[in-house]
Amino acid sequence: MTEKTIKVDYLARVEGEGAMYVKMEEGKVVDLHFKIFEPPRFFEAFLRGRSFRDAPDITSRICGICPVAYQTSAVNAIEDAFGMVVPDSIRELRKLIYCGEWIESHALHVYMLHAPDFLGYESAIHMARDHPAIVERGLRLKKIGNDLLALIGGREIHPINPRTGGFFRAPTRSELEALVEDLQWAREAAVATTAWVAGFEFAPFEQDYEFVALSHPDEYAIVDGRIISNRGLDIAAQEWGDVFEERHVEWSNALHTVIKERGAFMTGPNARYSLGFEKLYPVAQQAARKAGLAETCSNPFKSIIVRSVEMVHACEEALQIIDRYAPPDRPFVPATPRPSVGHGVSEAPRGICYHRYEFDDDGLILDCQIVPPTSQNQLRIEEDLWSYVPQYADLPDDELQWQLEQAIRNYDPCISCATHFLKLTVERS
Amino acid sequence: MTTRMVPITKPKLGVFKFASCDGCQLSLLDCEDELLAVASAVNIANFPEASRAVEEGPYDLSLVEGSVTTLHDAERIKEVREQSVFLISIGACATAGGIQALRNWKNVDDFVRMVYPTPEFISTLDRSTPISYHVEVDFELRGCPISKGQLLEVVAAFLQGRRPNIPTYSVCVECKRRGTPCVMVSDGTPCLGPVTQAGCGAICPAYNRGCYGCFGPMESPNTAALSRWWRDELGVAAPDLVAAYRGFNAYAEAFKSAGDECEPGDSHD
Repeated sequence: MTEKTIKVDYLARVEGEGAMYVKMEEGKVVDLHFKIFEPPRFFEAFLRGRSFRDAPDITSRICGICPVAYQTSAVNAIEDAFGMVVPDSIRELRKLIYCGEWIESHALHVYMLHAPDFLGYESAIHMARDHPAIVERGLRLKKIGNDLLALIGGREIHPINPRTGGFFRAPTRSELEALVEDLQWAREAAVATTAWVAGFEFAPFEQDYEFVALSHPDEYAIVDGRIISNRGLDIAAQEWGDVFEERHVEWSNALHTVIKERGAFMTGPNARYSLGFEKLYPVAQQAARKAGLAETCSNPFKSIIVRSVEMVHACEEALQIIDRYAPPDRPFVPATPRPSVGHGVSEAPRGICYHRYEFDDDGLILDCQIVPPTSQNQLRIEEDLWSYVPQYADLPDDELQWQLEQAIRNYDPCISCATHFLKLTVERS
Repeated sequence: MTTRMVPITKPKLGVFKFASCDGCQLSLLDCEDELLAVASAVNIANFPEASRAVEEGPYDLSLVEGSVTTLHDAERIKEVREQSVFLISIGACATAGGIQALRNWKNVDDFVRMVYPTPEFISTLDRSTPISYHVEVDFELRGCPISKGQLLEVVAAFLQGRRPNIPTYSVCVECKRRGTPCVMVSDGTPCLGPVTQAGCGAICPAYNRGCYGCFGPMESPNTAALSRWWRDELGVAAPDLVAAYRGFNAYAEAFKSAGDECEPGDSHD
């Protein structure tokens, strides 16, 4: 009998601090934990007593990579609570800034966090020594996403412009038109990205996932929608608590979200794509087909292709919104607080972000619940690893470790969101 | 910062994270036009968010993001300090305790119970504190998030052995420079600009909203005058005034005392 322990201090190239513990006996996994020990920051506690006006600004600070997701889900929930309806022109602007976030976040993950795994580099900076043109393409894509985000939001990290009811200031047509040429370039670059990543070697690893994503009758859902799955789930955000529950496990500072009746599920790019392929713009569908991707993607490693396809879609979406853009008459709808409860969802780059708030008659927050996508994927990541480790049990420790890191990075986990540190420990006996 | 010899080998850069949102270290990756140049000027030796290659210390320059909220982190920051020739704290969490310092006015055990079903699994300190409360810091770069331009200036200054050129005047100066009419004077919109350090580029007033203090107090903030103006001229109620100071830099000394003064009877330590 061989006894072996592998300890790794970080899982790198994720947003946050997490750890992994794997215990093996005779080549079999006997225990496995995906740990999140990012220090808790207690957003749901200190939001109590704050005004509804503070919620989008404060919750954006949960995550520097996807602040728009938090702002959008927050304003959706507040508007639901106060019975506000925003005009289409404002919803269009919300989609547009969200496209900026999808492009920057996906470009960051595809080029800087995920691709180096497939090509055997420690980082994108190492990769740039051999592939400077490719890394520069990724950086330019990322920059264009950030430029769009910053134009509408005021800045790319923690934008200041989104508010309950809309925006403080709506951009002019000419300001947006100035981005068209870059976005056209980005759309082509995203198509090229899809072809590039499709050439990587993928582990033949498929799981029978319950995909959970937002659904909209006419759109590839980003800013709102019903919550659906491939196992019959079809609910409004208001019914979240009936279907999902959060469980607290000792090894993680992030709560595990499960479907009460069934357990783990997957949210994020593969779920959106597999449930919403027909809603993608033709240019994105075509890129997917050329990449050899079927209309359902059950291989989490191929999420890098799906993210690239979604970048194509987001660029096209942004271009179409700009093309038909007319500034709203007023940049926001005034809010009228009332004692109420509201729910909001949107599709962060890494999956559904759910918010619920309860308000008093002055619009002060009495109670709230925020469920980030990485909390939802946490258990699913563990389940992937249970299936994945045995296939590679014979690999040398350093190679096994890299494989496992990659299996976790498939989910683009944002551990800051879910609370953060990836430390990998493999014990073999 | 003392003058130093131009190093023959590339200086080693470390990026360390404490309780935070990752946004400030992301600012380095968001320098899309400069990132590869930075990587050729310094050896990015320890930056887990970007690379799985980690070189052991010591580091010539360490950028530290996040606040200290756990006993483990209170020890870890001492190790980072020991490993660092220069240590620069970046962002509102690292320089002022961040938004999570709102716990400092409350009982953290209540917070744990509000958020987590099994409170005994959670280990946390009752205060969120800036890096400078724990170790000596060579420079503090403000902002929630920091400005990319200021980050590059700080790294360049370090490479050139000079003091970073980071202004400590107020956001008002940036509004004037940008040609933005004063939102307090023209619209009666409450604005923290007069007491807040510049650095963001005065974004909020340019988007028709008041500054909400992301860069923390400027060097000589007259918060008493601003509080009086908000209250007497703009009709802002005391609880809203307190909430304005208790934002992302709530535990920065000048904002902490200004907030506490607006709420007599609730002062704390």
